[in-house]
Amino acid sequence: MSTHEVAALEAGSQLAGEEIVNDFSMVVATVNGSGSQTSNMAIIRALFRMGLPISGKNLFPSNIQGLPTWFTIRVSADGFVARRDATEILVAMNKATLVEDLQSLVPNGVCFHPDDFEPGLLARPDITYYPMPVQQLVREAAPPKEMRDYIANMVYVGVVANILRIDLGEIRHALETHFQGKAKAVAMNMDVVESAAAWAETNLTKRDPYCVRRDQQTEGLILVDGNTAAALGAVYGGVGFAAWYPITPASSLAEALGDYLPSLRTDPETGKATYSIIQAEDELAAIGMAIGAGWVGARAMTSTSGPGISLMAEFSGLAFFAEVPVVIWDIQRMGPSTGLPTRTSQGDIMFVRFLGHGDTRQVMLLPGSPAECFEFGWRAFDLAERLQTPVFVMSDLDLGMNLWMSEPFVFPDKPMDRGKVLTADDLERLGSFARYRDIDGDGIPYRTLPGNEHPLSPYLARGTGHSEEAVYSERPDDWEANMERLLRKHTNSRTILPRPVIDLSAGAEIGLIGFGTTDPAIMEARQRLLGKGVDTSYLRLRAVPFVEDVGEFIEEHDRVYVIEMNSDGQMRQLLQLEYPELAARVRSLRRNNGLPLTARWITDNLLAAEEI
Amino acid sequence: MATTTLNLIGLDKAGYKGKSSTLCQGCGHNSISSQIIAACFDLSLDPSKIIKLSGIGCSSKSPAYFLGRSHGFNSLHGRMPSVATGAVIANHKLKALGVSGDGDTASIGIGQFIHMLRRNVPMVYIIENNGVYGLTKGQFSATADKGQVLKKIGRNPFMPVDVCLEAFVANCGFIARSFAGDPRQVRELIKAALTFDGTAILDIISPCVTFNNRDESTKSYVWGKGHEEPLHDVTLVPKREEIEVDYEPGEVTEVEMHDGSRLMLKKLDRDYDPTDRMAALALLHQAHVDQLLVTGLIYLNRDQETLLDVQGMVDTPLGALDEKALRPSPESLKEIMASMS
Ligand SMILES: Cc1ncc(C[n+]2csc(CCOP(=O)(O)OP(=O)(O)O)c2C)c(N)n1
Ligand code: SF4
Ligand SMILES: [Mg+2]
Repeated sequence: MSTHEVAALEAGSQLAGEEIVNDFSMVVATVNGSGSQTSNMAIIRALFRMGLPISGKNLFPSNIQGLPTWFTIRVSADGFVARRDATEILVAMNKATLVEDLQSLVPNGVCFHPDDFEPGLLARPDITYYPMPVQQLVREAAPPKEMRDYIANMVYVGVVANILRIDLGEIRHALETHFQGKAKAVAMNMDVVESAAAWAETNLTKRDPYCVRRDQQTEGLILVDGNTAAALGAVYGGVGFAAWYPITPASSLAEALGDYLPSLRTDPETGKATYSIIQAEDELAAIGMAIGAGWVGARAMTSTSGPGISLMAEFSGLAFFAEVPVVIWDIQRMGPSTGLPTRTSQGDIMFVRFLGHGDTRQVMLLPGSPAECFEFGWRAFDLAERLQTPVFVMSDLDLGMNLWMSEPFVFPDKPMDRGKVLTADDLERLGSFARYRDIDGDGIPYRTLPGNEHPLSPYLARGTGHSEEAVYSERPDDWEANMERLLRKHTNSRTILPRPVIDLSAGAEIGLIGFGTTDPAIMEARQRLLGKGVDTSYLRLRAVPFVEDVGEFIEEHDRVYVIEMNSDGQMRQLLQLEYPELAARVRSLRRNNGLPLTARWITDNLLAAEEI
Repeated sequence: MATTTLNLIGLDKAGYKGKSSTLCQGCGHNSISSQIIAACFDLSLDPSKIIKLSGIGCSSKSPAYFLGRSHGFNSLHGRMPSVATGAVIANHKLKALGVSGDGDTASIGIGQFIHMLRRNVPMVYIIENNGVYGLTKGQFSATADKGQVLKKIGRNPFMPVDVCLEAFVANCGFIARSFAGDPRQVRELIKAALTFDGTAILDIISPCVTFNNRDESTKSYVWGKGHEEPLHDVTLVPKREEIEVDYEPGEVTEVEMHDGSRLMLKKLDRDYDPTDRMAALALLHQAHVDQLLVTGLIYLNRDQETLLDVQGMVDTPLGALDEKALRPSPESLKEIMASMS
């Protein structure tokens, strides 16, 4: 299918003259490093404040300056926030990609463009074009040289706001948020927005059907990216130590820690920090430091992406085997290798699940929204300390770096669980201690923290084979007993891991399994499928190892499709490994092109797989 | 009845011992373990306030053989510095004592070694330097001399890494070299290192009797005995003790350490001032040229900020903070939520 045909399908029947309210996708095509982020944020926030369900996705290159960037804004009265394949409105600020960008517009789409683009470039006759006097308005605003690009981008904010009826008051509000109240910056930008809007009011006539109208669908919601949410979750989870090494798309998580910790976690009496952050020399050192801190009793974490995860493999196995609590955030990007550093994927599932040589099994949490990033941000520490094991939180670039509407974060609903730690008094009472003995039958041993002055307390943590007393041992029975205990612990961990979210549809033969950021696309696809008479149940995984509910869900459906963004169907494979007797029912719908999944892709491919 | 000597905290020397060593008879590492035990006993250190850390190798096994009353972490090959960094940050009241090998430090771990020094992580870091990989059975390490011959392996064609020079370049404030065959000096230098606030490096030539002890090897006992040239006679006088020996005027340089202990450097053949940075550099260079095992405190700079100074943390160890200190209020979260709506 050509792009045009696809676009036509997506647009449905659009009658000239009829208004299309609160339902479109807009792409702002710019050049990386040209300062368009502020403008795009202003538009998104303004729409959000007008009460419209929105989502914003930045498709950016791995480049600091000069390569094309597309920012997608979707407004959906139905509340859908997944990426869409079709675009109704283009803000064409990048001449280099103009031809291609125009091609991808739906029939009768809209294009805003600087008025100095040659008319010959604007070839599609069905499109409504709105020229914008960018140069002229920038000249009139006479901004300082370093502000020119920003100001130029404010022109499209003003013109687009005027044509689409975006409230200028909300744009001002959005700029105030963006510039954190810096009045001068707000005024300089807002002046341009206002003169651009005024220019459009006098010089342009609205000839397209798209517009926005105030609604109340975002009341009580917040707008946030997953990495900020994760960092806040860690802060409210009592993070004591964080080590990291810069990598896209994980850096902003550690940077958000650096933004929030000073104000939230400075001791009011002494002005000293109740935390420590270190930018390590590499990911080996980052996780090594976190493990050292976790061993001594601090809530310790690191955050990274694929290449960093590769470097962390040996240490992950050590923490698993020496049973040291540590939290690792993997903001997944496209691999193998350096891959596509600025494109999203769910490609680390299989690798992280068994990260470390030998029989290593890792616990993974799978957040599907910023609210879950926050929740898992604090919960991961409870789990790591309770289970005395690394806990990996598998986010991705789309969740981590893009802005999402979200329910406000819920303050932790229970006190911290610091796990089985014995104090000197405990040891005195017990009279004996063996670091790796399974006292409670749940596979989880007791630990003491360095500094505990009781003579029974010390032990030598090690990655080598050990007895219950943590003494080096090559005895086959010691080895087997320890590995059996570790398996018992891992198996039991299911009872305290986040359970899947299940939406059963009575009588549905088809089950969908997803996790992470495919959630919005799957939700929307289910609606579409229902419209075509195809009923589905849906299970969203939130942790690995799997709980029994997952097996039961598969059992209850004839055909189960695991929907994921990697090339090998990694979660599907894990499910088939876990439930070999049900393996034949478990099918795969996977796409791995660097872009967030769309509902249409899921719908089309499910229908094709079902031969409908 | 035999009397056992007790130190100031009422422990006898056995209180600082570990399990019996499984290293080869005569291995230099064993002799260093003994001196770690002696040093900690002499200083009356509380074993529960020490953490011992190591990488992987024969040398890195030795934390099992000393300080049985201290927590320890036998970590990964070449990665002990990072684990130590995190541990020290999580509880700055613990004294970290790291033991590593020349392979562990100068081969696989040189990166973490340099970055630990760069951050001035407060810890004692001992390199038990035998010029080979003991545990993997006798391959050359990065400190092996150029031209050195090992039975099975042949001739080493590469220049050695000098860990003291590396430490020097990385601005380490305490650099010492010693020889496992000179136990008294090893002990006194370990004591001095334990009173230093910052990374203290001890490069101790520690012969591997199984794979690298031929007389012509610069890491052998015989070579060490024949070529050792102590810079000074080192004595560490703990802060609570009197100086017992009477020194001639001008014979001894007295250096006050961070905890108030005094390091007495008694002059031997030459005048040497370990606080003179250029002298230290010249010394290390000349020792290499002359093929001499120059031992003692090579460089001392007590005036550098440590990692803990720059982190600005509360006095309670991070690992001991309770929920009240760790979890901000619900109101603060509400405020943040409001700013995002
Ligand atoms: C990542 C990794 N690679 C290789 C090894 C194998 N290995 C174990 S000890 C060692 C060398 C130890 O040499 P050194 O640090 O000098 O200690 P020594 O045994 O000489 O005291 C090597 C290569 C390992 N444990 N881990
Ligand atoms: S092999 Fe060498 S280094 Fe290892 S224990 Fe034996 S003598 Fe020591
Ligand atoms: Mg060695």
